[in-house]
Amino acid sequence: MAKVLVVTSGKGGVGKTTTTAALGAALAKAGQSVVLVDFDVGLRNLDLVMGAERRVVFDLINVIQGDANLAQALIKDKRVDTLSLLPASQTRDKDALTPEGVAKVIADLSEKFDWVICDSPAGIERGAQMAMHHADMAVIVTNPEVSSVRDSDRIIGMLDSTTEKAKAGEKMEKFLLITRYDPQRAARGDMLGTDDVLDILSIPLLGIIPESPDVLKASNVGAPVTIAEPDSAPARAYTEAARRLMGEKVEVTIPTERKGLFDWLFKRRVA
Amino acid sequence: MTFLSSIFKRRSSAPVARDRLQILLAHERIAVGDGKDDLLAKLHREIMEVIKRHVAVDQDKVQIKMDRGAQCSVLEIDVEVPGLTDRPENAKKD
Repeated sequence: MAKVLVVTSGKGGVGKTTTTAALGAALAKAGQSVVLVDFDVGLRNLDLVMGAERRVVFDLINVIQGDANLAQALIKDKRVDTLSLLPASQTRDKDALTPEGVAKVIADLSEKFDWVICDSPAGIERGAQMAMHHADMAVIVTNPEVSSVRDSDRIIGMLDSTTEKAKAGEKMEKFLLITRYDPQRAARGDMLGTDDVLDILSIPLLGIIPESPDVLKASNVGAPVTIAEPDSAPARAYTEAARRLMGEKVEVTIPTERKGLFDWLFKRRVA
Repeated sequence: MTFLSSIFKRRSSAPVARDRLQILLAHERIAVGDGKDDLLAKLHREIMEVIKRHVAVDQDKVQIKMDRGAQCSVLEIDVEVPGLTDRPENAKKD
């Protein structure tokens, strides 16, 4: 039976899709079979970040409505063979996500994979509720910034009240992932520190992803950062977060950019 | 002294963000969590109900100010009551 994980945040633009791609790829590289499900119906982007935008034939809504079966709609990643993607529909609206339909798709995927990772749309409406409804665990992506922290608090409240697990009286496992973190600005007191965010939201920390140009570079070329730049600081942070998801005890650190001697000499030369 | 300290002591913004969030979320968790209003919202609603029972209140003539704080909160309801022109003051409740 698979673990069903929702990547959510409330606020848009904090890195849900980037995180879904990076964590999914890291888990798959560790030998787990992983499917990424895009719930952002009408505004799909996970296909683009994964570099699969030209291979989309059928989508989640087609599967829900019986126009296609799962095997036809799933897109296998060309780089990591244990990684698959179920894209969202670009033309339909979120009303096409029926609770029964979503339940069936998640149940079917759970039989085939070790991890079902649901990429939630921003907001607290139907799409976001459907994405979290069947989850066993949740990764809450938060930027160290007031509006993101507030929205995360709201989403944590929803995870604890509206989901299937919550309604069955069970506890939803929730983890905080702080993204776009700048240790220098936090040290100067110009950015909320990880302690501040943890104090306020009081859920366990899954990882801290440092702000880095490598994240944009990876999405430019259509690859999760853990595949495109596996040695970069954000990729190492995501890989460690994935190991924590698998139950390993790994101390949380903030990886920094590794500068090789060659980089250092070259930078000097140019400057 | 103040000149020097203003140069050397940088005012950081993160503690301000932290305090604002803690106060805000303390109120929002009560409001959203159980689907119930917090005390201030409840007072506001009930006070307005009482006033409406006695006078027809024009919604545009009602001013409500709320200041939610960590230690104390302030609710100020300013209602313009029509037809009482002999009284110079508006009914006012703080």
